Amino acid sequence: MAVISTEKDTDALHFRLVAEFDAGTERVWRIWADRTQLQRWWGPPTWPATFETYEFEEGGRAAYFMTGPDGEKARGWWRITAVEPHRLLTFVDGFADENGDPVPDMGETTATVTLEDLGGRTRMTMTTAFQSLEQLEQMAAMGMEEGVREALGQVDALLAEDAPV
Amino acid sequence: MVVVQVGEDEVDRLFQALADATRRDIVSRVLVAEYTVSGLAEQYAMSFAAVQKHVAVLERASLVTKEKRGREQIVRGRVDAVQRARRLLDEYEHIWRQRIDRIGDLLAEDASDQD
Repeated sequence: MAVISTEKDTDALHFRLVAEFDAGTERVWRIWADRTQLQRWWGPPTWPATFETYEFEEGGRAAYFMTGPDGEKARGWWRITAVEPHRLLTFVDGFADENGDPVPDMGETTATVTLEDLGGRTRMTMTTAFQSLEQLEQMAAMGMEEGVREALGQVDALLAEDAPV
Repeated sequence: MVVVQVGEDEVDRLFQALADATRRDIVSRVLVAEYTVSGLAEQYAMSFAAVQKHVAVLERASLVTKEKRGREQIVRGRVDAVQRARRLLDEYEHIWRQRIDRIGDLLAEDASDQD
């Protein structure tokens, strides 16, 4: 099991995950630093991610979209705030509209990734800080609507199966 | 992911309640802040009575509560704030656990390449 622990704090509004990998820090760093590698794991198989812009340096920007099963696109952006190779990456991320511009109403989250050498193995710690409970609420409300739409889609598929051939 | 544990007829009510775009919009709003029925009616190009009907459908599906305050009726989302935060953080955890699994698979490819 790669995931060692997770910690959720609803008062401090943060999420922390610790994982250990059977690879050195230089190799694990590449899953972030190399756009092609990042695209292989950022989005789920049903919503693969494409990073159109990826400036992997302090002050750099990233713009990406995830493509859903029906071809719909969900867009996001990053602003990279710290890059210390093989050790530390911090970035701010948020939702983007169809033009790739940030959606300010949805706020932004701050992610901190650290890599630690365990003698050939690597411990990766990732912390995400949310801005406010209101931001979480908005995201939850949106997630709920998405979930309902997905569930309704499954009902449509079931009904279609019953249709006379 | 809708995390609501309910019986089958309740699921029907829930789906019926959320099958309408206006009702979904009302739920999104009242989860973030409380609204009066008249305050909600101002948001949509429809009559007060029509909005009141939508709220009644949502209330039957246990998605919102309605409470009289003076002459106004206050509508609120039913899940309390901390539960909502917890639910979102749970979903967030799920997203990241899957990402970590994919990273593990990616790193495992290197190992098999070296064989």
